[in-house]
Parts: sequence; structure tokens; C-alpha cells
Amino acid sequence: MTILRTEVLPSSRPDVDQRPRKISRKPSGVDAVFAHSSRAVGATVLVITGGVGLFLALQAIPTLRDYGTSFFTEEQWSPDTNQIGIAGVLVGTVSVALVAMFFAFPLALASALYISEYAPAKLKPTLVSMIDLMAAVPSIVYGLWGFFLVMPHAGQVAVGIQKLLGWIPIFRVTTIDASGAVVTADPHAAVVDATRYVSSAFCAGIAVSMMVMPMACAVMRQVFSQTPPGEKEAALALGSTHWGMIRAVVLPFGRGGIIGGTMLGLGRALGETIAVVLIVSPAFDIKPRILEIGTATVSSLIAARFGEATAAQLSALLAAGLVLFLLTFVVNTLAALIVARSRSGAGADA
Amino acid sequence: MTAVAEAAELVSGTTHRPVRDPHAPAPRPLATLGKPTAEDSFRNWGSLAGAAALAWLLCERLLPLPGVAWFLVVWFLFSVVLGALVALMRGGVPDMVDMVARRVILWAFLLIVGALASVIGFVFLRGWHPLVHLNFWTDDMAGVGPKDGMDKGGVLHAIVGSLIELGIGLAITVPLGIGTAVFMNEIGGRFAAVVRTVVEAMTALPSIVAGLFIYTVWLLALGQQRSGFAASLAIAVMMLPIIARASDVVLRVVPGNLREASLALGSSRWKTVWHVVLPTARPGLATAVILGLARGVGETSPVLLTSGAANALTLDPLKLMSSLPLYIFTLVRSGEPASIDRGFGGAAALLLLVLTLFIAARLIARPQSAKPRRRPIRGTASFARRLIVLNRATHTVGPVDLNQETSS
Repeated sequence: MTILRTEVLPSSRPDVDQRPRKISRKPSGVDAVFAHSSRAVGATVLVITGGVGLFLALQAIPTLRDYGTSFFTEEQWSPDTNQIGIAGVLVGTVSVALVAMFFAFPLALASALYISEYAPAKLKPTLVSMIDLMAAVPSIVYGLWGFFLVMPHAGQVAVGIQKLLGWIPIFRVTTIDASGAVVTADPHAAVVDATRYVSSAFCAGIAVSMMVMPMACAVMRQVFSQTPPGEKEAALALGSTHWGMIRAVVLPFGRGGIIGGTMLGLGRALGETIAVVLIVSPAFDIKPRILEIGTATVSSLIAARFGEATAAQLSALLAAGLVLFLLTFVVNTLAALIVARSRSGAGADA
Repeated sequence: MTAVAEAAELVSGTTHRPVRDPHAPAPRPLATLGKPTAEDSFRNWGSLAGAAALAWLLCERLLPLPGVAWFLVVWFLFSVVLGALVALMRGGVPDMVDMVARRVILWAFLLIVGALASVIGFVFLRGWHPLVHLNFWTDDMAGVGPKDGMDKGGVLHAIVGSLIELGIGLAITVPLGIGTAVFMNEIGGRFAAVVRTVVEAMTALPSIVAGLFIYTVWLLALGQQRSGFAASLAIAVMMLPIIARASDVVLRVVPGNLREASLALGSSRWKTVWHVVLPTARPGLATAVILGLARGVGETSPVLLTSGAANALTLDPLKLMSSLPLYIFTLVRSGEPASIDRGFGGAAALLLLVLTLFIAARLIARPQSAKPRRRPIRGTASFARRLIVLNRATHTVGPVDLNQETSS
């Protein structure tokens, strides 16, 4: 407790007590109740949220005891033979997220630039609301859209990509021929086996990209809109074209927001569940061939397998959830750091 | 013209101040300033029209590329190329780059708009069939077989279930979330920093892991039944960090001088929070809660693990309870065409619910004055009103008419 002393001023009234009064910063009365109760609320929230994290971390211990390090190297998740590992689903998670970011990043950047730099001023609030609305559309709706509307077309596109770029390993699509051997599917065949080209990481990534695009776009737009108008006008006054101004002023200023927004989107893409469950057909091997049918992510694994799991497998699922949480957490923290450290991030709270 | 007459008397080698002609008409800004010239418009629209014509020629007459999708793709390519050529003819390479960037950005944005429109349009189109039956809104799925027509069964139990689960979830998260935000901003200290760090970290928690947590702790370890209440807990675990963090951000931008003014008038910290900080931040807090709500209503994975699926309408949260996302998910997974149609009807209902919440958020965020949201916080008049209210509430200072001073 700090006690502040005031200077004693001479008083003309001898009957008034001349000692300095004590000033205390300690809350009293209602304030003390307020301080303590709000501290209690904070502690409750800390216990709840921290409890979840702690609980997940504790679940990793029995998993490591039961399955050892093979938990991280084993591809298959087969509860029948008790072979359990997350190598396959981790690759699947990352490949779906990367496909999603491949589509979401350019679209988010372009629409953020359009809204902040090109759109007529009268339209701007409407467009901002539109992007926010897009972020609020539930993921299961994007899942339905991806499964019923996009996937047939995405399958045709996948055939086309394999025709053009099939020599790159990640665009290869395999199939099983009559003798049971695994061979490369033939995209030039008279009747292409379309079933090999759907339910893939590529199709899931398209649906997930629709979910993360508005998030990334919102962060980028917010940062772009903070560009100092003086610098923009200076660039234009020096004879720059509109794009030249954007390249010389807006993009360098918003670099932190671009990277941060993209990584926030990536964090969301890593944890996306229901759209992936709807679209992919589960397969648990390490499969870097994104156009081919079958993949799995950590969250789709949890959604598919929680019901049939034994106690040990359940804690393994929780440990897989912990790995996913840590991955998302690292990505989100990096994003927040990048946004906050950049010049433009001073007032930006993503 | 006096100005001209004076100008004739100018002596070379000396400095003269320019003379202002009092009779001259006031200068008017050029009407066309900042607007594209007729030539610019012609280049712009002309190259777009030319690209459309070329694309039609290529798709319909030269190459076997039928369909609207190919036409749009080829139109896009030609509009970039033609625009670049026209710009190059006029201003050289910088103009060309400018035009290419403008066209690419515009088309990418239109692609996004098209995608959003196709999502909403597709869901309503496929879901139209069940939506037009009144019983879809007033009936539940009890005793309805997978092949029954649309004149049987409905979505009522899922809507009611969603609302009950969200209501319980909100009753948990709103006091805790906003209370934590108040604690982090108004009390502060080292402990608040710890809370803030943990809350920010937990916003990264994937929703399925929140569901799995409740499944393991509430259902398996504590031996409870699957129920709507368990689903509310899962939703609350998922929403709590989101709402706490968003409210924290909102409270942080409440200007410090409002707080200081209130404290300087002698009010207690509690009164300051209740009468100044929270009312100032109210629109922002409402937005934070409603956007968290929109997130919570659409998340399927936590309810998938915890609530079980019921076909009948139930108001008791301790029983099995369906909710909209779960309703859609189970129907669509069943593979029966009639069920899938029903699922799309549910998706349309869910979209309508989210849309309603979203519009409510916008309306609350933009209160009566209909000002854009980013305005500097409040006018002085409203500030003065708040101080007077504060004054009456605390009775620490005599009545001062603040309106007189601030309204001038």
C-alpha cells in the first residue's frame, strides 16, 4: 500500500486538524467487491480455458507410454490391430490447409485491395459487410456447397491438371488395375475413371479456402485502410499510376497484415472439421498426391473415430487433438506477432 | 479590367504581389476533375466489350469449349490482354502494368462475389422444395421415414434445440467473457496478463477438440448422458475464449479520458465501469457476442460429439437433443435423395438464422445516429450526458451544467 503525503499548508483556523490526511489506493466498499469479484471471474475463465489445455497435455502422457514415438511415425490408424499413429493425418492436414491457402491467399489479397483501393467509396461499407457475412456462413454450408456443387467440376479440373502437370509427383493420380497393381491413372483414356479424382485433398481444400478467405481478407483490408493518406497522395503526386502507388506504398505498409492475415487463415484451415469430413473419403497413408481420392486430417480423424475408441485410443485421439492445437497455436501466435510488430499493426487487432 | 491595367505598369527587376480582381467570378473546381475522361471510359469499356466478343468467337465458333464457365475464363484472359495492349498504346509499360493489375484484382473480386452468391443461391435452390411446405417449419422428425415426402416432418426440433443450446451456452459465456474482459482492462496487474495470455492461446483451440474435451470429461469420466446440456458446454468452451478476446479488444479502445473524467468527478471504479465504460462499448460488445454466436450456431463438430441426435421435439436440455448443424449432417450423410433435400432445407434455415443474427449485429453496432462505425468515439454532447448521469448517480459534486460548456 502506498501512502502519499501532502505538504502541510498553514491554516488560519486552529480548530482544524492540520495533520495531512492519508490517501490510500486500496479499493474500499463497492470497489473492493468489484475488484475481488472481477478477479474471481478472471480466475474462473483461467481455470476453464487453462484446464482444457492442461487436460489435453496430460492426455499425451499415457499415449506416449502406450504407443511410444511410433505415435508420430506410424501412418495407419487401425484400432483393430491397435496400430495407431498420426503421421498420415498430419500430412493430410497440412496438404488440405496448403491447398486452401493456395486459393485463398491471392483471392483474399485481391479482394482486400479492391475494397480498400479500387471500390467506389459509396459501395465500400456494403462490400465490407459482404466479406463479414461470408465469414459468418457456417462451415457445414460450405461443406454442402463443396460436396454437391463444386466437387464434380473439381474432379474434371483435376483430370485436366494431371494431363498437363502429371509428371510432377504431387499431381500424380494412381489407380489399381485389373491385376491389382498400383499404376498411374490415365487421364487420356476414352472413359476417365472419375471416381479416382474426387473426394481428394484438392476438393476439400477448395471448400476450406472459402472459409478462410474472408478471415484473411478482413485482416488485410483493415491494415490497408490504415495506410497514411499522405504517403499515398505523395506517390500519386509524383506521377505514379494507381498500381504503382499500391506497390510502392500500400503493399509495403501492409506487409505485416498480409502475412499475419494469411497465417490466421492458415490456423483456421488446419482445424476445419466438418467440410473435410463431408468431402474426403478417409485414407490414412502418407499421401502427397493431392488430386487423388482419399485423405484424412486430424480433425476428420477425431470426428470419425471417437465413437469406437477404447480408453487408450481415446487418449491417443486427444493427443492428436493436442498436436493439432499446438500447430494452430504456433501459427496463430506467429500471425499475431507479425501483425503487432509491423508498422501498420499499431492499432490492428485481428 | 483593373488587373490588366496594373499589370502593364509592372517594372522589370522588382517583385510585385499578384493583384486580386474583386470582380472576377469565384474559381470553380473543374467538373471533370478526378473522373475518367471520355477517352478513358472508351478504352476501358471498349476493351472489355472486345474481349467478350473475342471470347464468344473462340468458345462458340472456333474451339469446342461450350458453357458459361469457359466463356468467363476466356473473357477474363482476353480482357487482361486487350486492356494491356490498349494501355500500352497509350502510355507505355507503367500504364500497361496498371491496367493488368486493375483487371486481375477486379476479376478476382468478382470471383469471390460469384462464389458467395453461388453458395447462398445453391443452398436455397436445393432446399426450396422442403422450405415451401409449412409443416417443415412446424413439425419435427418423429416417426418420419427416410423416404417420406416433404409434406411430413420438419426442422422445428432442430431449430428449438439449436436455440436452447445456444441460450445455455450464452448464459455461461457472456457474463464470464465480458467479466474477464473487464477484469483484464480495468483491474489489470500481473494476474490479468496471465489470464490474457491463456485466453488468447485458447482461441486457437479447434472446435472439434473442444467437443472431444467435453466428450471425455463430461460423458466418459463423469458418466453423464449425451444431452443438449453437454452440447451447450462444448459450445461454451469453444465460444468463451472468442467472446472474451473480442470484448477485450472492444474495451481496450474505450478512450482513457472518459474513464479519467468519471474518476475525477469522484465516482468509484465500479460506477465508472458500469456507467461509462460498458455503455460506451455497448455496440462493440454486442457485435462481439453476436459474431461469437454466429460462429457457435454453425459449428457442427462440438455437437456431433456431445448431443446425440433426437428426432422428436424436446425442451428438456438434459435429454438427447438435435440441433441444426447436426440435423443437416446426419440427413446429408444418409445418402437418401429425399433426406438430402431435407438437409438442404435445414441448411437454408440455418443460413436464415445466421443472416438474422448478422443483421442484428449490424443494427446494434450502428445505433440510432446511423453513423459509420469507425467514427471517433461519440460526440461531446453524449459525453456530457453521460457525465451528468454519472453526477446524479454519485452525488459527489454539485450540479454542474456541462451541456452549456460542451455544446458551444
